Amino acid sequence: MSSSEGQLAALVRPSLSLRLRAFAGANTLFVVGIVIFALILLAAVFAPWIAPYEPTAINFKDKLVGPSFSHLFGTDALGRDIFSQVVYGARTSLMVGFIVTGLALAIGVPIGLLAGYFGGKIDTALMRISDVFLAFPPLLLPIAITAALGAGLVNVMIALAISWFPWYARIVRGSVMSIRQELYIDAARAMGVGHLRIMLHHALPNSMTPAIVQGSMDFGYTILAAASLSFIGIGARPPTIEWGLMVALSRSKFLDYWWTAAGPGLAIFLTVMAVNLIGDGLRDLLDPKQKAG
Amino acid sequence: MLRYVAQRLGLMVGTLVGVMIITFVLSRILPGSPVEMMLGAKPTQEQIDAARIELGLDRPLYEQFFRYLGDLLNGDFGISLRTSQPVIDDLFERMTATVEITTPAVFLVVLIGVPLGVLSAVRRNSLLDHAARGLSIAGVALPLFLIAMLLQMLFYGALGWFPLQGRMESNILLDYPFDRVTGFYLIDSLLAGQWPAFFSALHHAALPIFSLTLASLAVVTRITRSTMTEALNEEFVRTVTAYGLPKRSIYFRYALKATLIPMLTVVGLTYGYMLGGSIVVEYVFDWPGLGGYVVGSILKSDFPAVMGVTIFLATAYLAINLIVDLLYFAVDPRLRAQ
Repeated sequence: MSSSEGQLAALVRPSLSLRLRAFAGANTLFVVGIVIFALILLAAVFAPWIAPYEPTAINFKDKLVGPSFSHLFGTDALGRDIFSQVVYGARTSLMVGFIVTGLALAIGVPIGLLAGYFGGKIDTALMRISDVFLAFPPLLLPIAITAALGAGLVNVMIALAISWFPWYARIVRGSVMSIRQELYIDAARAMGVGHLRIMLHHALPNSMTPAIVQGSMDFGYTILAAASLSFIGIGARPPTIEWGLMVALSRSKFLDYWWTAAGPGLAIFLTVMAVNLIGDGLRDLLDPKQKAG
Repeated sequence: MLRYVAQRLGLMVGTLVGVMIITFVLSRILPGSPVEMMLGAKPTQEQIDAARIELGLDRPLYEQFFRYLGDLLNGDFGISLRTSQPVIDDLFERMTATVEITTPAVFLVVLIGVPLGVLSAVRRNSLLDHAARGLSIAGVALPLFLIAMLLQMLFYGALGWFPLQGRMESNILLDYPFDRVTGFYLIDSLLAGQWPAFFSALHHAALPIFSLTLASLAVVTRITRSTMTEALNEEFVRTVTAYGLPKRSIYFRYALKATLIPMLTVVGLTYGYMLGGSIVVEYVFDWPGLGGYVVGSILKSDFPAVMGVTIFLATAYLAINLIVDLLYFAVDPRLRAQ
């Protein structure tokens, strides 16, 4: 019988750390992603100790100096050290990634839970409403929301979360709908357990994995989107140090002084790539069904 | 099939009403109220009250919404505070500039991405496959504005092959005038037989088109590769292989055909993605399309214009998705039979 086979498989299933080690051995890119991300995370946490200069210190004597040992990424038009700014900028971008993904999960997961668990009219209504938020080309809805709330990084984060939550609502709904058919849910209901308790204690824990996998894959995209909004001038404002904003400020200079755009550009690229590699790896590890070809 | 089309149309209309509810809510929470914007600084209380009544702001919210909806359906998107023109006129004027870079970009993406994906699938784990995979990992992580700026650096700054920004040199526009028949510079200049104008338009459009192409290439290549890999495992491929048909016709005539439906979805999504991407690209290249318009409008707090573009592009986006869905029928006879 398949159930006894399943029990057997569970018995011989290797421990998580063993599985992780085997997985990492076979997935170099996942490890590369984790290493790069760890370095960026360290840079963000220990920015004051890592940055060789005060990131906002203006020094006209050394303005627009190319990369050298004293200024790894060169200096900008005001003589500020670009490497120091990039290090501090890691704080902004990682914070944006965590807050936006967290907020979008916080809105999307309950909606998906309700829709998937109750089904019927509640499901139709909630999903139709969520679908409206998906009816916009990328970046457009966050732009419109930011335009209404006013420019600024906080509003950009709110706008991105509002534009993003339907994806999580859909994913959680899908997995809750399949869980709803399981015997243990019927059993719980027969024992008189309330809806809320079943949702929070049974449906939610068993449907979070795909949502978290999706979240890790979207994390990089949120950073990109926030950087783009800052780049077009409606996101972060000085004195906030943000990579997209740094690239925007370099626009009048970058043709003659390439390093003014290169440092922050490279930082965005590496961060997003690292996060994407981790997301791909997590998907393969936790959710092999979704594995891409 | 007709029932399906009607159903899809109904769904689209419903979603559009939803979109308008969102823009309505957004325009009610705007920082400067429409009254202040109309009257300028320090109006008297009587002026404010009169303006509120004139704008219908004293009416219940649902009544305001229906009025808003009616205005939109009549093509009244309000007046742009920046250009002092009706927003709808601005939109139509600028739409062609956006289509002029997004459409060629979609074609280029398909022309490059599909063969690349097919070859990667056919020669799995070859150097080409690894290179394509590496490029797609890198491509997804590069923000569009950096791609655009890198192209400017390389093709304008270093090589000097293409202009930095804009849609056409003004002196060429003066020396070789052409009528705006379609609004597309590339077509209108050809219609008028003004070759220098045509080449100038092409010259200026090149870098924006390449930027959009590069940004979507990774995704299209990857999806082609995975759907093609699936198709190659199908039995009919084994059969035609056993018949001894040439490899090229197996891959491109038989296997690729089986990937058409997922590919259609990808092309539709890519076009939608480019409408979003055009916002950044037009900003970088100072391209006078809808994307550049919406950014300029936000920076000048021109909210009627921002909401106009939002509704307009969302409608276009939904329409593209609808067309893709309907094209399934054209492509797949099995669906028509149902």
